Amino acid sequence: MPLDDRYRLAFRLYPYARSADQDAAAPVRHPVVVVGGGPIGIATALDLGLQGIPVVVLDDHEGIGQGSRAICFAKRSLEIADRYGCAGPMLDKGVVWNLGKVFYQDRKIYDFNLLPEEGHRFPAFINLQQPYFEKFLVERVREAQADGAPIEIRGKNRVEAVEVRDDHTILTVATPEGDYTILADWLIACDGAGSPLRSMMGLDFEGRVFKDSFLIADIRMLSESFPTERWFWFEPSHKAGASTLLHKQPDDVWRVDFQIGWDVDRAEELKEENVRRRLDAMLGPEVDYELVWSSIYTFQCRRMKAFRHGRVIFAGDAAHQVSPFGARGANSGMQDADNLGWKLGMVIRGEAPDRLLDSYHEERAHGADENILNSTRATDFITPKSKISHVFRNAVLELAERYEFARPLVNSGRLSVPCSYDGLSLTGEDALPGGPARSRPGTPCPDAPLGNGFLLKGLGGGFTILTVDAEAPETVTEDGVTATRRAVSAADDPSGALALRYLGEAEGAVYLIRPDQHVVARWSGYDESALRAALRRACGKE
Amino acid sequence: MELTTTPNIPAPDSFYAELIRCHEGLSDDESAAFNARLILLLANHIGDPEVLSEAMRKASLD
Repeated sequence: MPLDDRYRLAFRLYPYARSADQDAAAPVRHPVVVVGGGPIGIATALDLGLQGIPVVVLDDHEGIGQGSRAICFAKRSLEIADRYGCAGPMLDKGVVWNLGKVFYQDRKIYDFNLLPEEGHRFPAFINLQQPYFEKFLVERVREAQADGAPIEIRGKNRVEAVEVRDDHTILTVATPEGDYTILADWLIACDGAGSPLRSMMGLDFEGRVFKDSFLIADIRMLSESFPTERWFWFEPSHKAGASTLLHKQPDDVWRVDFQIGWDVDRAEELKEENVRRRLDAMLGPEVDYELVWSSIYTFQCRRMKAFRHGRVIFAGDAAHQVSPFGARGANSGMQDADNLGWKLGMVIRGEAPDRLLDSYHEERAHGADENILNSTRATDFITPKSKISHVFRNAVLELAERYEFARPLVNSGRLSVPCSYDGLSLTGEDALPGGPARSRPGTPCPDAPLGNGFLLKGLGGGFTILTVDAEAPETVTEDGVTATRRAVSAADDPSGALALRYLGEAEGAVYLIRPDQHVVARWSGYDESALRAALRRACGKE
Repeated sequence: MELTTTPNIPAPDSFYAELIRCHEGLSDDESAAFNARLILLLANHIGDPEVLSEAMRKASLD
């Protein structure tokens, strides 16, 4: 098959260049090969490269695809990007919004203000076109490469075949100059919902199909502007869609999503005059706009039974797919990269046993199930599947207009929050009586103000012993793994958020925190044998 | 007692999903009958005639 582009590029960032591997006498073996240069593939490469682990990314295009696609990036994704060193430009470019309005038929039934909690470096979410998010990740790769991070991105390199062996895989890679072969100790599949690798390996990907299609139109307003708010219409009287979403993006671009039904003629619907017919019905004839991008999507909620298959590990949409409501696609993929990076790093360096990687599946499949549950519920509310479900949905909307109680039942997508690994294999004990639930073992550390900065900055990368008004040694090394102390005091945050989020009713606390900023275990004071046991457990050694 | 019209259901999404799941596989008549039984059970639990009258009035969107 020729290496033709399947989509147009927004940014051509890694044009094809001949690699020495293509002229090698024998296939070159790499510690890690990532397939797919999307946000999850690049984030995974960054995580590993910043640890000094050589990683090769193969992408079948020469850059980032056009189209806004994922536009809502949640706080946790920004915190992860910050650990990789590229959240700044995302935050600068992204749009922060708090106001939402809900419409039913021809009227606004209520509005809401997602008042952000104070004391976090990042907002609950930003709106940002996916190509920008990816571009900032790739730019960070370039910067890291300049500092010596062993990351290589190979454009127009498409995996044609994979042979899976016990301790490596053999990849046949097509390029504009012909095929070549490389070996990978570890193969990370970040090749998207249609994952060719998953198909080549004959692996399952089962779930629920939703019989509806959505037409996306990105428009740039020429005559007037809309406020920076999220507007959601149920059964709008303009009839341009069974539901419609309007959402602000950077560059004066608005995302409009029309729910258009299952049996649609895609080519016909995507003709500019037909897209404009829907937009005009919604916006009114006097509004002038430029059509930037449009697309039709359908979706499924599904996941692989196992994310790990020996030396092949699946991440992002390749492993799990959700409906877009609630922004749980790219955001959960970022958490996959965050979860996998340190574990693979430790296994490759020989600091942890191979079975640590089984916990990647355990934790992230748990996250995928939670995301699928939430996005399925939103989808069922937005597109009711039966007459009675429709009756209840509209009853909720009618009551929500008059009575506050019904508003929490209105579900047009619950915004992505990271899951907790409560009770899973790596998670240790909670021995902090009176400790707050939000920082219990398994959860990602909540951010908090600290002096002139924030707690999360500088947390992670390695294991951390976080002491809050408590004593502990500066380092503890257990079986070759070192946890380093970070000492803070409730007094470092006059706002009281740090104490509220990490002490609760306790006087002092000792937390063991993973490289991905999740809490392993916590205690009311330093207990050497308990900390060593928790550290072993978090490395898959118990 | 007054009818509560502020949010009072701790996990609204799971309640709603459970409610809709109860109707899976039911015909329209069966769904209506299920709803009737559900209302009667909840009404008995509430008991207070003033609250029940108020709920009926509000449900008719007067």
